[in-house]
Formats: sequence, C-alpha cells, structure tokens
Amino acid sequence: MSGATPPRPGSAGTPLIEARGVGRSYGSIVALHDVSARVLAGEVLCVLGDNGAGKSTLISILSGAQPHGSGEFLVDGQPTRLSSPREARDHGIATVYQDLAVVPLMSVWRNFFLGSELTVGHGPLRRLDVARMRSVASAELARMGIQLRDLEQPIGTLSGGERQSVAIARAVYFGARVVILDEPTAALGVKQAGIVLRDIARARDRGLGVVFVTHNPHHAYPVGDTFLLLGRGEMLGTYARGEITVEELTRLMAGGSELDDLTRELGRHPS
Amino acid sequence: MTRAAPAVSETAAPLGPVAAVVPAATHPFVAVLRRPEIGALAAALMIFVLFSSITTAFLTPAGIGTWLYSSSLFGIMAVAVALLMIGGEFDLSAGAMTGTTGLLVGVLTTQWQVNIWLAMALSLAVALGLGAINGLLVVTTGLPSFIVTLGTFFILQGINLAVTKLITGSVAIQGMSAVDGFDTGKILFGSRVSLLGVEVKTSVFWWLAVTLIATWVLLRTRPGNWIFAAGGAPSSARQMGVPVARTKISLFMTTAGAAWLVGMLQLFDVSTVQATSGIGQEFVYIICAVVGGCLLTGGYGSAVGAALGALIYGMTLQGIVFAQWDNNWLKAFLGAMLLGAVLVNLYVRKRLGSRS
Repeated sequence: MSGATPPRPGSAGTPLIEARGVGRSYGSIVALHDVSARVLAGEVLCVLGDNGAGKSTLISILSGAQPHGSGEFLVDGQPTRLSSPREARDHGIATVYQDLAVVPLMSVWRNFFLGSELTVGHGPLRRLDVARMRSVASAELARMGIQLRDLEQPIGTLSGGERQSVAIARAVYFGARVVILDEPTAALGVKQAGIVLRDIARARDRGLGVVFVTHNPHHAYPVGDTFLLLGRGEMLGTYARGEITVEELTRLMAGGSELDDLTRELGRHPS
Repeated sequence: MTRAAPAVSETAAPLGPVAAVVPAATHPFVAVLRRPEIGALAAALMIFVLFSSITTAFLTPAGIGTWLYSSSLFGIMAVAVALLMIGGEFDLSAGAMTGTTGLLVGVLTTQWQVNIWLAMALSLAVALGLGAINGLLVVTTGLPSFIVTLGTFFILQGINLAVTKLITGSVAIQGMSAVDGFDTGKILFGSRVSLLGVEVKTSVFWWLAVTLIATWVLLRTRPGNWIFAAGGAPSSARQMGVPVARTKISLFMTTAGAAWLVGMLQLFDVSTVQATSGIGQEFVYIICAVVGGCLLTGGYGSAVGAALGALIYGMTLQGIVFAQWDNNWLKAFLGAMLLGAVLVNLYVRKRLGSRS
C-alpha cells in the first residue's frame, strides 16, 4: 500500500478472503457470533478450538457450504455471498474435507483428475489422455514434495498423510488460491501428521492462503502465522505468531482458568 | 526402474538413502497379478484342459463351435452386467429382458405384419426405455437396485408369458423364418463363418466386439472413469463433479441394450422364441461377472474378466454334456465357482481397501 513499509514476502496487501464480524444462528441457537478473520496469500491461518467451539460453522461459511447470517464476507476485498461450494471453487477457494473425496480403489492419477479428466480426440474416439494425466499428476505431487512409488496403485493403499497430500495437491492444481483444511491431522499419527504439516508449509511457500482447522495447538504452532481461537461460538482472540507461545495457546484453548482448576483438581493431594 | 535384478545389490549401498524415499516402481509381473481378471483366466485354462483331456468331442470343430456359441450369449450379457456392477448396481431383469425383446419382434412381425427392421428398432427402443425406468427408479428413490429390478424381473416374466399366450394362444412364437427380411437379418445375427474348420456363429463376433468396446470405455474414456467412481465411492464422486445419476442410468440402459442384442441373436439363430426365454439366467450373468473379478460392492472389476467368466460357464455347460455327466453337476459347479471367486474378491478388497 505505502512505499515506506513493503509488505511481508508472500503477503500481498488485500486479504484473499476476509470475514468481518460474521455470525450464524440456527433458530434460537447462536452457532457463531461476531468472528473476524483474514486469509493472506502465503500465510497460514490456524483456527483453533475445542469441540463445539464453532470451527465447523466458520469453515462452512468460508467454504461456501452455507452463507453467513450476519456480518460481512469479502473475497479479494469485494463483499461476496457464497451460496455453494462450487461458487467458492470458482473464486479459488477449495476445501479438503476429512473424507478427502477420493475413491479408494481407483489409482492415484485417476483420483487426481476425477471429474476433470483430460482427453484427446473427438466424438467416439475421444479418450483419456493417460500419459499427460500421469505426468501432470506426478509433477504436481513432486512440487508438493510427494514421491510415490507408483501412480497406478489404488489410492486406498496410501497412508493417511499421503492421501491428504494428494488431495491438497489436487486442489492446488485445479486453481485454488485458498485451501481450507478441516482437521487434516486429527486421525493421523505423529509421523503422518508431520507429512501434512510439511504440505501446509509447501502450499504456503507457493503463495497460497491456507486455513488450517485443528484442535491441536502443537500441530498449529509450527506452521501458523496467525492463530484464531474460538470458544462456544465466539472469538477468544487472534494472535500473531510472535505474540503467543504454544503453552499459552494450549491454555487458552482449554479455557484458561478452567484448565488450571482441572490441573489442581486432578493433582495428588496429600492426606 | 531397475533394468536387471543383479544391478540392485551392486548399487544398493550408494543409493540407500534415495531408495528409502523413492522405492522401486511395481514390478510388471506384480502389476499383471493385480489385474482383476487374472483368476478367471487361470480357471478358464484349467476348465479347458480338463474337458479337452477327458472328452473327445470337446476339441472337435463342432464341439468348439458349440461351447463358443453358448459362451457368447452369456458373455455379451455378463460384460454389460459387469459394467453395471462396477457402477455399483445390479439388474435382475436382464435375463427376462432378452426374452421380452425377442418376443416383441416375433409378435410384431408374425402377428401384425410389421416390417422386421422397424420391429427390431421398436424392440430396441422398448428395451432402452425399460433400462431407463430401472435406472431412474434406482437413482431417484435410492432403493437398492436388487429390489427394484427384482420387481421389473417379475413384471417382465409375467408379461412375457401372459401376453404371448393372449396373442398367439401358445407359449412360443414360431414361423419367424417366413417373415420378409428374416434372411437378411440372419446374416447379421444368426449366420456362421468357417474359421480353421470351426463353424463360428456371428454371436461370437458380437461377443468379442462388446468385450473390446466395454474394455475401451472402462479404461480409456471419461464415462469409464465415472463408472468406477460411481460404484467405488458415490459421495466422493459427486463432490468431484462426476454425474453419478446419469452414469448409473446409462449403465441400466446399456444392460437393456445388451439384452436386446442377445434377444436378436437367439431369435435369428433358431427362428422361434419361447416365452420363458432368459428366465433364470440373470444370476448366471452376475456369477460370470463375479468370477471375472467384479466386486459385489462395486467400484472394481473388468469386462475381459466377465467375458472369461462366461467362457468358463459355456465350456462347463457343454463339457458336462460331452462327458455325459449328470447335468445337475453344472449347478453345483456354478455355486462352487461363485464361492471361490467371492473369497478371492474379499481378499482383494481387504488388501486394496484396508486403509480406506
């Protein structure tokens, strides 16, 4: 914006998507109230919260699964109202859900291009461009730092982390500028979670905006630029990376003083 | 990756860390063993050797012609049913439909003097319509296709018999050979070609053509990709923009179209149609597809496998006759084949989908 303060590398001024005081209620139940967040290019926004904190409601608004009730939602600085995930995809916002939308018995490259297959020829001779799909899939996976033995193997034989990587690489290839990851590390072991965190870092380094939804501060802290804490549908705070330690993050997530009380309660009491 | 096996041990040490990141590509031999039709190919060879060695008639030109013809009629249907099963659905009305299509042409031409080509076109239209109804009922209601097509199966079985009796007064239609144009139709659907001394009926060429086209569609076209996806994980397929409903309806119509083809092949071969034609064969088609590597749960299988499954069935059907065994052994054999195939498929499913 101003010449005196150049933007940080990767972040290009206007947020890719921005929520300003958005909220959503179902009947008389308020699921989300007055939440603000910005997703910048080349940055990772971590959305943290316990079960029922409002994470899913926020994701469904960001991903276009349901429109926001109150507040303002902006894409590239323009107020927008997303009515479907397809519309969100057209804006370059892709969501990778926990089921990953893969077909386990189909090969890696067929899954990569599922629904958007490349073809050659016309009429009855129109056929899959297998060679090109294989080479593109291989190159795109390599750009994400994924080396697979064999693109022909069914995707169901890959590990959870690898499948997650394929799903992210696929979203990026098909034009995503913002990738929303819904609890990508929840069901994974330490090593597999590491693979996913590396993917997130790579996507960020390629200039994408990443929304990383998790309830694990130890997964969020190493990759996050900004941490948005949610609790009972409300914003508990937004912190930049330098402003908070992983211990404070953990404490805030668990409800601050509640955790202190619990620690005292569960501790050994003499007598 | 590795051109020769010994090279691996020589380079293993320097390549150690790299090899850990990029393990060797799957060996071609392993890739072949992973194909769904490999079990059916082995079984077909065994059945062929068995009946060739214990009967003298099996390898005579006449014998070969007989089991090839038998296999071809089952094979055309088995391939279509396999596509449908890969797409995650069943069609129990497929057998009765082979009767319906033949009977319709028979009634139209012999009773009402409709031009034979027009009658065949009408019959095809009716078949495709029935397939579309099956498909629409399945995709709009979400009911299992097993129940929906069980319903249409009984409706067709009833109509085939009742309407044929009502119109002709008997349970068969005869005198087709006197109809104008029958001889021309016979060239396409009911003639023989002599190949190396074996009289091969045209249905065998139709069978080969159907198998080749189905394989091409499955492995090398977008609709083929959608068939695997629609059967393997419908909700994922929908999320990725695959037209699942349209794919499934097209598959039911394809099965119905195949039933029409088999109806025509039988009609022009013998020039009579029985009202009970095709009844009870719907399960044989499914068994052939399963023996050929199709999973009952959808998403996996092959057209070549289903064609081989039909070849196994055809060879056994005629082989038992040539060997002069009690015909009832066929049923026992069929059941054993099915169980064996399902157990193999279960193993495949566990191995490929264990982490899903």
